[in-house]
Amino acid sequence: MGYCCNNSFPASSHVLLTDLSQRWKCPKLQNLRHKGQFHGSQKASKVLAFYGLKAPPYKLDALEPHMSRRTLEMHWGEHHRGYVEGLNKQLEKDDVLYGHTLDELVKVTYNNGNPLPEFNNAAQVWNHDFFWESMQPGGGDMPRLGLLEQIEKDFGSFTNFKEKFLEAALTLFGSGWVWLVLKRNERCLAVVKTSNAINPIVWDDIPIISLDVWEHAYYLDYKNDKGKYANVFMNHLVSWNAAAARMARAEAFVNLGEPKIPIA
Amino acid sequence: MALRTLITRRSLGLGLGVSQSVRGLQTVSLPDLPYDYGALEPAISGEIMKLHHQKHHQTYITNYNKALEQLHEAMEKGDSSTVVKLQGAIKFNGGGHVNHSIFWKNLTPVHEGGGEPPKGSLGWAIDTHFGSMEALVAKINSEGAAVQGSGWVWLGLDKQLKKLVVETTANQDPLVTKGPNLVPLLGIDVWEHAYYLQYKNVRPDYLKNIWKVIDWKYASEVYEKECP
Repeated sequence: MGYCCNNSFPASSHVLLTDLSQRWKCPKLQNLRHKGQFHGSQKASKVLAFYGLKAPPYKLDALEPHMSRRTLEMHWGEHHRGYVEGLNKQLEKDDVLYGHTLDELVKVTYNNGNPLPEFNNAAQVWNHDFFWESMQPGGGDMPRLGLLEQIEKDFGSFTNFKEKFLEAALTLFGSGWVWLVLKRNERCLAVVKTSNAINPIVWDDIPIISLDVWEHAYYLDYKNDKGKYANVFMNHLVSWNAAAARMARAEAFVNLGEPKIPIA
Repeated sequence: MALRTLITRRSLGLGLGVSQSVRGLQTVSLPDLPYDYGALEPAISGEIMKLHHQKHHQTYITNYNKALEQLHEAMEKGDSSTVVKLQGAIKFNGGGHVNHSIFWKNLTPVHEGGGEPPKGSLGWAIDTHFGSMEALVAKINSEGAAVQGSGWVWLGLDKQLKKLVVETTANQDPLVTKGPNLVPLLGIDVWEHAYYLQYKNVRPDYLKNIWKVIDWKYASEVYEKECP
């Protein structure tokens, strides 16, 4: 984890055919290669599914002074990259988990609460992709229109939601994430805390925004002051644009009620 | 600087830094470090030691005392659901206090014997159970590096079986949560706050270097008390 690799992976998750001449493990073929007689079938016959490191939708210094370039370089460049590389390395061993989208992989490796070893890496890749997109330069302020209405409906007021969110950040024991989710069964928004790598999609809920409260997310900028970091996130970083887009998509899956048709 | 060291030396015997009784309730206070913040350099930076002690440990203590007070009130009122609700906060903050109090005693500057391997019965026990000190260190380092999220890695003694064990605990769970007969000899904090400012995300480097300031004398004392 955290060892910087100089290969540049494509920034999306595709199934790719790769040249496996370097990774070929069969000893007989290795000998042939060494003897220089191995030409024809060097082109890959094995399909590898792997995932790429997605860049945040802004430059690494775009969130200054609220989240420093230094933090982004470490958090995205080392931690997030480390999870991607760790996941790819785990997937090399066996093809049991091939062919999934990242969403599917997270749910499959969660294994209904008994997570497989790949879960930590898969979920953290997903979580960090989602987290970068939950922020924007010049973020903060308030949501508008439909999303705001839904928040006011489910929390009473935006202020109340904000308090709940910040309280969750402060009372989370250890490493984890704070989420605003749309709960599928209850059909309402809620603030949820998860530990380590856990992600609300494993319970089939739909995340709207997230805040990383692992210490590495804020320690360089705020030391132990998690409360200040969470406040800054709410006031200056959170992207309500992204949240609104996710909410709109979520409403295709969750029926939030009848539209208000005015009576003539 | 010397005066401060004198004062802190005297308070070494105070153990967990127990202090005032408020309405019959025993609260805890921050124990002094038996060395200066910068004394463990370069293995652990003074900046980290200061933050770790004055901010993190102090926060656990503050919140633990608060939870204890609330627990006391709830118990007096017979409010069972609040009593149960507070258990999480007590385990987390109380555990944080217990664990860090042990941690400070597990460390000592190089010039005071930090890093010197244990002589006597603990040294023998390590060789018997793990083969060698190197094997033990390798095992602790690999388990410590593998802890996902926040937690601790421990060298413990099962006082019933008289056996040494290496265990990890999550968050601030004390070692005893892994087994009622387990006594902590050495604990290494692998929460990111314990190393991030200096080692960034390279936890294995932190684990490799911390052995230079481990106080085996303290671990031996605890061991010999349980296994005379």
